[in-house]
Amino acid sequence: MESLSNKKKVLEVKPLNIWERAYLPAIFKGLAITMKHFFKKPVTIKYPEQKREFSENFRGMHSLKRDEHGRERCTACGLCALSCPAEAITMTAAERQKGEENLYREEKYAAVYEINMLRCIFCGLCEEACPKEAIYLDGDIVPADYLRKDFIYGKDKLVEAPLNQ
Amino acid sequence: MELTDIIVKVILIVIVFAISLVIAMYSTYAERKIAAFFQDRVGPNRAGPFGMLQPLADGAKMFLKEEIIPTRASGLLFIVGPSLAILTACIGSAVIPWGQKLTIGSTIIDLQVTDINVGILYIFGVVSLGVYGIMIGGWASNNKYSLLGAIRAASQNISYEISMGLSIIALLLVTGSLSLREIAEQQHGFWHDGWFTWNFFKQPLGFLIFIVCAFAETNRTPFDLPECETELVGGYHTEYSSMKLGFYLFAEYINMFVSSAVMATLYFGGYNFPFMELIDSPNLVTIIGVVVLFAKIFAFIFFFMWIRWTIPRFRYDQLMNLGWKTLIPLAIANIVITGIVITLLN
Repeated sequence: MESLSNKKKVLEVKPLNIWERAYLPAIFKGLAITMKHFFKKPVTIKYPEQKREFSENFRGMHSLKRDEHGRERCTACGLCALSCPAEAITMTAAERQKGEENLYREEKYAAVYEINMLRCIFCGLCEEACPKEAIYLDGDIVPADYLRKDFIYGKDKLVEAPLNQ
Repeated sequence: MELTDIIVKVILIVIVFAISLVIAMYSTYAERKIAAFFQDRVGPNRAGPFGMLQPLADGAKMFLKEEIIPTRASGLLFIVGPSLAILTACIGSAVIPWGQKLTIGSTIIDLQVTDINVGILYIFGVVSLGVYGIMIGGWASNNKYSLLGAIRAASQNISYEISMGLSIIALLLVTGSLSLREIAEQQHGFWHDGWFTWNFFKQPLGFLIFIVCAFAETNRTPFDLPECETELVGGYHTEYSSMKLGFYLFAEYINMFVSSAVMATLYFGGYNFPFMELIDSPNLVTIIGVVVLFAKIFAFIFFFMWIRWTIPRFRYDQLMNLGWKTLIPLAIANIVITGIVITLLN
């Protein structure tokens, strides 16, 4: 049949000549190729000791940020939870009491803030939605664990370490 | 035979036995490491420095595994199989000359367990016994995959033993002796009377046939049809577990070691090395000779592994074609050519 695309190529299967049928030259060729690999540097990265460098825009574990005075930025507006396509984020808001101004930046703060790491798809939409620049996915890979309940990360794991005075 | 002779022989036997076991043990490590290097990987590196303790860990694992004998298996033969495999693998090294004579004080130590004048025939006998271990094991398992593996092993070994024997006949025309010690002695040095003394340079075709057959006899890739993980689960050792499986795997590596030693002795000068006549002290020559022989053996073992990670497995009909239609006619032609050349040279 005429080829419409003009890309059709008819291949001819030639019988092997005596050199090819002898099989040995092909073996030596193969041996040379494998020997070349023998002296190549292995591509393995010895994982727990060595780590592959992440890309610039890698999205890992979330962290809840503090401002320059060490106060939590999150005001529990719930935009992150709303934007989350996997519905991984929940929170409970609370009002800042007198004398807590050094702890929370706004008058309202998240008393409970939980992310279910099994639901999270690390899309970064919470990061985009946040008006207070309080949440960033700048952490490491979320580590493995044994129980499902241990994958629900609370504020103890998410909030940044306090500033050193 | 004096008492000292007996003691010396016993010590020698123990040493040879220990060395073949240790080499077989570390062949498993070397195989995994070399396989890794051929595939741009790192290989075992967790147990000890560079993973050197890996064989010990593997051995401990093998011993601690549960020992399973299938209900429908034939009990006695199931145990005889692996025992026979490891037994025949171990006794092959008895006739290999590891070096020349070592003189300590007044005692002369012959670095060969026994110098029987039909050494090559002995090795052939042992090798053909080796297939019984596989056959009995495969038969006793009462499993179709095991049986298929065993049948393949039997037919493969029988086919390739013929061309191996024929390639040896051509070598015997050259050497005129069946004793491995004498064959090794004939290859003294490296160059004599305008030609190499090593038999490889007198019998290149014979060596090629021999090494192909050695691969088939030891069931190594590309002739590993009896095990053939991709088709037969595990081939003849499908039903085996624990140390019985370990024995089968171990026997394969010991076989590899012994056949490497045989090839080094028959074709690559054994313990002889170039310029050995320039060294005065006979003891020093012997010691260097032993080291050289082991270097040759390791080179062959490396070659076995190199081939394994290069060449894919033969199909069964290809295997039979190669054995019967290519190697046997080649081996016969080799005998004829050798005979003609020897007649013309004399």
